[in-house]
Amino acid sequence: MATFVFLYFAAVILVAASLVVVLRNPIYSALSLLVMFFHVAGLYVTLHAEFLAAIQIIVYAGAILVLYLFVVMLLNVKREERFNQQGTVALFLGLVLLTEAVLLAVSRGFNVATPDPGPEGAAKAVGNTESIGEVLYSTYLFPFEIASLILLVAMIGAVILSKKGIMESK
Amino acid sequence: MFETSIKLALTLSQIGVVMGVVLLTVAVLTLLERKVLSWMQDRMGPMEVGPYGILQPVADGLKLFFKEDIIPAGANKIMFSLAPIIVLVPALIGFAVIPYGPNWTIDVMGVEFKPFVISDINIGVLYILAFTSIGAYGVILGGWASNSKYSLLGGLRSAAQLISYELNVGLAIVGVLLLAGSLSLVEITEAQAGGFWHWFAFDPLPFPQFIAFVVFLIASVAETNRVPFDLPEAESELVAGFFTEYSGMRFAFFFMAEYANMILVSCMSTVLFFGGWHAPLPFLQAPGGFAWVTGIFWFTAKVYFFLFFFFWIRATLPRLRYDQLMRFGWKVLLPIALGNIVVTSLFAYIFPNS
Repeated sequence: MATFVFLYFAAVILVAASLVVVLRNPIYSALSLLVMFFHVAGLYVTLHAEFLAAIQIIVYAGAILVLYLFVVMLLNVKREERFNQQGTVALFLGLVLLTEAVLLAVSRGFNVATPDPGPEGAAKAVGNTESIGEVLYSTYLFPFEIASLILLVAMIGAVILSKKGIMESK
Repeated sequence: MFETSIKLALTLSQIGVVMGVVLLTVAVLTLLERKVLSWMQDRMGPMEVGPYGILQPVADGLKLFFKEDIIPAGANKIMFSLAPIIVLVPALIGFAVIPYGPNWTIDVMGVEFKPFVISDINIGVLYILAFTSIGAYGVILGGWASNSKYSLLGGLRSAAQLISYELNVGLAIVGVLLLAGSLSLVEITEAQAGGFWHWFAFDPLPFPQFIAFVVFLIASVAETNRVPFDLPEAESELVAGFFTEYSGMRFAFFFMAEYANMILVSCMSTVLFFGGWHAPLPFLQAPGGFAWVTGIFWFTAKVYFFLFFFFWIRATLPRLRYDQLMRFGWKVLLPIALGNIVVTSLFAYIFPNS
């Protein structure tokens, strides 16, 4: 049953993710991205990481993708401007990633390792929200703070960019 | 296998009952809103259908059901049909985690069954927030797919408004979560047992969440697109905003979603800030096996109080301008909500056991 559920989620994620790139209408692309986010959240639920699943939907589907959709509708990009010449870059990146995937698959011998049941049991005992909090504020405190610093920099940058015109006109 | 089917049958019947009650409440609300508004404006309201107009929702429903379903020329058919569903489903799905009675577990033929909550998941609050944020897609897509300028403007306004005020809803709740120490709505309710001075909106120690409650209430009015935050469907500016082009049952879906969302945020205010099913004074709660009677009574009474509040401010306040709405959300509500989190966590640290 668990394998079947995983295969369903994995298949939909793969199909939706390719549709994001393949579809010509940016609105449809955004919607297949939404479908993909939901199925990634579904994968988290099967791993008993309900907190991550909820955050996945709130942050990615609820905030980022809505903004993206907003911009796509507002800009109303003309048909010829939608496609850029990215063929060579795409080919190069695709080759690198494909090689990586093949190498990984070969080195693991195509065996899907069964996940270590330890953390899952621990998460069930105290609730996965608590366990994420504890790990985040002890083991991963430094990366956590770095991430918040990066967000702060991005925020200040956005403020400066939007205030630029006002400062110059004065 | 037998146990699984018993469990399935129980859960399905529970979902059926909750959905039935919610949809019935939606029908009642459509009438109640018009009645309350007319009383406040010294009018009679709908009086024609049935005694005192109480059959008006039936008439409205029949009319919408038999109305021609028009898809405008140049509209994106798939998205146009999908949008009302994307709006309505998240509004209804949130009721799965709302506890409307005592947290009892009864044994039905060897299967554990919680009669007063469909599903007590440990991230209940986040679950509701996640699905309410999905409702915005329906509004944006509905506005875009209609291929009409009014609809598109309404949809875009709504997108900006929902993103801005969703943040305030989330941050206003954080104080409650800090005090309850849980994301489960059942445990949050349990933490407020014993009289109204234990409800999170009033609890003097560590820190009363009344300010957070006001922020939550304002932001949830904005989330449900109600007056004075109804810019996405401002009828005097945008005809009807994002659902200008909709008719018949598709229009009814948008309409039902708005009322279902109102009920949902009323339930959330009740559970998070006003003690859920707990009575305001301890002796008003029936003892022992009858606690569920008063539990459901008080829960319903509180929810209807908040619903009345929605109608009340609709009759009282004029609509905000778009820039006022944005400025108020980001420059007034957001700092207050953030300040509340800081103060609450400080007090929760100083008084750890109160």
